[in-house]
Amino acid sequence: MTRFILVLIMSVFIAQNVYAADNFLGVPRFKGVEPIKNALYQANCAECHFAYFPGLLPARSWRDLMAPKSLENHFGDNAELDEMDRRMITNFLVNNAADDSHYKRSIKIRRSIADGDVPVRITKVPYIKRKHSEIPDRLIRGNPKVRSLSYCLNCHTQAASKGVFDDDTVFIKGYGEWDD
Amino acid sequence: MRLNQFIIVCLCCLFMANTASANVIPEMVEGFQAQGASVGDADAGEALWKKKFMVEGKARSCQSCHTLDLTKAGSHIRTGKIIEPMAPSVTLTRFSEVKKVHKWFRRNCKWVLSRECSIQEKVDILLFLQKQ
Ligand code: HEC
Ligand code: HEC
Ligand code: HEC
Repeated sequence: MTRFILVLIMSVFIAQNVYAADNFLGVPRFKGVEPIKNALYQANCAECHFAYFPGLLPARSWRDLMAPKSLENHFGDNAELDEMDRRMITNFLVNNAADDSHYKRSIKIRRSIADGDVPVRITKVPYIKRKHSEIPDRLIRGNPKVRSLSYCLNCHTQAASKGVFDDDTVFIKGYGEWDD
Repeated sequence: MRLNQFIIVCLCCLFMANTASANVIPEMVEGFQAQGASVGDADAGEALWKKKFMVEGKARSCQSCHTLDLTKAGSHIRTGKIIEPMAPSVTLTRFSEVKKVHKWFRRNCKWVLSRECSIQEKVDILLFLQKQ
């Protein structure tokens, strides 16, 4: 009998993991975005800004950003890669993109983007735009320590280490804590 | 015992291969010369490093991000990210990977000069950087 119960409990446990949906009883499984790292990605996409986590954009956006033509003119900069590296990095980004992620912020990001849309900036994703709409521009572009909303780490203190963006972990460089 | 010794030798080899992050400038300069570049001239390299090119109404140069004093850290002109000093005498890991140097020549020459640098220009710049 005890064995039967054990087997039962284990089955339930396994089933839960196999069918790991977006959420369990309405509560997302993981906070933030997956803080995944990859040596090739770090070596090639973290030289001018921190390496954005793949879970911050859907796969179609990464494919667009990583096209050879896009890298040649990467927001006014040149981020060209050799072809092998370009392919391997694209695969890493696409395979870990927001589309299939179980992390809370990735789920919110992908749900906020309309089906046909392909945002190439994280800061143009509706969910991310909405979350920052109340911050005055003088604290962002008017703030030499921040420069642009694109540089998440100038405000989100736990983003690099944990992929966490919660509002209670924000410290705006050159300004201070944020309480709305 | 035999196996242990073997493992130790293996580990030592790995370790040495890892730490041997030698400066690749001499090797690259030789490579460019084999492709037809001349001996090169560090002063010409310095002049090019400092030369300003007008792009979209603004002056760009290698110094835009790497600063005037190569022994000091620079910062990316747009993103503000700190760039370790370019002088190999200060940043010991500088110029330790051929592929990385090629990659940045391609990107930065296109951004500053709006074209790729010639092999002669690369030799000159490398000789200039090597002296820092
Ligand atoms: C040569 C410097 C450089 C390199 C290398 C580089 N980037 Fe960027 N990246 C930039 C700049 C500049 C911006 C624009 C920032 C701004 O608008 O303030 C940017 C913006 C971005 C953005 C949009 C951020 C936003 O506003 O939401 C993404 C995503 C991005 N980069 C991904 C990558 C990826 C992936 C790689 C590696 C293939 C990479 N970057 C390599 C300079 C670089
Ligand atoms: C100027 C500082 C600043 C920058 C730069 C910034 N953020 Fe934020 N972010 C904030 C603040 C402040 C909040 C809280 C806003 C509120 O709740 O009113 C926030 C909230 C968020 C939230 C929602 C958190 C929550 O608890 O609801 C996410 C997700 C987020 N930011 C992601 C990003 C990403 C990704 C980037 C980079 C592309 C970024 N942020 C750049 C200041 C910043
Ligand atoms: C827009 C900013 C910017 C400009 C302008 C710029 N660079 Fe760079 N450069 C970088 C960044 C970022 C790196 C990589 C960061 C690092 O290695 O610490 C880099 C790296 C390099 C490297 C590789 C160093 C190594 O250790 O392997 C070389 C070589 C180089 N740059 C040469 C140049 C030359 C030549 C020019 C002018 C034609 C130039 N750079 C202009 C941003 C710039």
